Amino acid sequence: MLCDECGKNKSTVHLTEIVNDQITKLNLCEICAKQKGADAEQHFGIADLLAALSDVEAQTPASAVGSTAVIAPKAKCQNCGLTYEDFKKVGRLGCSQCYTAFKASLTPLLKRIHGSNQHLGKTPNPEFTKEMKVSYKLHDELVAVRAELQKAVKREEFEEAASLRDKIKFLEKKIKEHKN
Amino acid sequence: MKVDSLLKQTCEWLKGTGPNSDIVMSSRVRLARNLADFPFSHWAAKKQQKETMDLLSEAAQSMEFLKNGLLVPMAEVDDVDKQFLLERHLISREHIVHPEYKAVMIGDKEVVSVMINEEDHLRVQVMQSGFNLQECWRIANRLDDSLHKRLKFAFSDEWGYLTACPTNAGTGLRASVMLHLPSLVMTKQITRVLQAITKLGMTARGLYGEGTEAEGNFFQISNQTTLGTAEEDVIDNLERIIRQVIGHEENARKTLMKQNRDLLQDKIWRSSGTLKSAHIINTKETLTLLSMVRLGVDMGLLADIDRRAVNELFILTQPAHLQKIEGKVLSSSQRDVKRANLIRRRLEGK
Repeated sequence: MLCDECGKNKSTVHLTEIVNDQITKLNLCEICAKQKGADAEQHFGIADLLAALSDVEAQTPASAVGSTAVIAPKAKCQNCGLTYEDFKKVGRLGCSQCYTAFKASLTPLLKRIHGSNQHLGKTPNPEFTKEMKVSYKLHDELVAVRAELQKAVKREEFEEAASLRDKIKFLEKKIKEHKN
Repeated sequence: MKVDSLLKQTCEWLKGTGPNSDIVMSSRVRLARNLADFPFSHWAAKKQQKETMDLLSEAAQSMEFLKNGLLVPMAEVDDVDKQFLLERHLISREHIVHPEYKAVMIGDKEVVSVMINEEDHLRVQVMQSGFNLQECWRIANRLDDSLHKRLKFAFSDEWGYLTACPTNAGTGLRASVMLHLPSLVMTKQITRVLQAITKLGMTARGLYGEGTEAEGNFFQISNQTTLGTAEEDVIDNLERIIRQVIGHEENARKTLMKQNRDLLQDKIWRSSGTLKSAHIINTKETLTLLSMVRLGVDMGLLADIDRRAVNELFILTQPAHLQKIEGKVLSSSQRDVKRANLIRRRLEGK
């Protein structure tokens, strides 16, 4: 039997496809079967999952996900022309400015995917990175001093506890200043 | 074609060296980066795709880490070469589909590879043999630092590095470790272990990434999220979990040795026997049997076989590698014969 797809090679793969309850049987050669397999793999991807996630978000009351605006499907990124509908279809944004254009919907979506809405870690701005590092360091110190205080209280060494408390106050003030 | 030059060397991830290399095949870190002033690859017009490819190829070639590297424009290589690069984990499946204006820059030792115009403009990948995520991150971070000096990347203080797919936004970092876990599979503990990993926010996949089966008892474990956790912490978390998994596999190996030694030895020796005598063998059977042989080598039960030889066979027996070795296109049944030949020769140390 010859391959149903190319009609040239001998068919060695026999494929049963069910699309919308319609059963079709295909007899394919090795090459066409590989191609078919590759197509099938691409049918279900990240786009489907993302679309599902953004649908949930549309059904949830805006207050519950912390967004106040719902993006219209036809809404467009002014920079690259991608519509929100396009994004839901392919699961990918068009350019970096799409993140601003569709912010109202992306905020809850990112939170849903990552469990967070605030980047931590490397940045292209070294000054900013340096500041983050200082604030990490202060934070780590604060955690350590708080633990020391607990131990001191347990040991009933109140004099030491008092000085540790002062240190905590100082660190908290410094972190606050740093944030501003 | 220049891709052929890679055939002569062992990829970094197959060397069988590095910490915990009896269980951990390799460690990998990848970073996703996009240029601020261009649309993402899939949405860019042809002209823009060409511009980004030229710009990024030039930037990649100027990197210290990639000094003696190989730049491969995807449109200029044939299907076997594309498959060959995929089998070596130097490119992704996505990079093969529409090859126009896509390229990959490969470092001379295959430690670093940079995909250009994949889903994101840049996908920097660093591989190490064994359990060595810290080193992967150190290299990736330094390469990324030097890329920052030449290129303006899309970034927001709130959402970090902006990527085509929101699932990669933030650090753009995916760290993964490839584990060989035959004893957890044999003792039927693997499902439980993988479930626990998923609950902790990690993903487990097969040898060739997304959607592939865990053939040859290989599992790739990686972080799932990229926003809200700094790079060092992501790597630290993953390392802690991997260490636990390694411990479980070690225990399962000990248990098998204690309680089912005959059965285990029988499986390993039969696998080695089949590989040494088969004249026709397909990829799947090869992976299954090689997995057992690797286990035998790692447990000191097969003293006459070298681990590196076994590791290399995992890749040399893949379809495109076989065709590169033979220097011609082979049908599936021709490959099964050539594969069996190659395995017999290699296992006899020839």
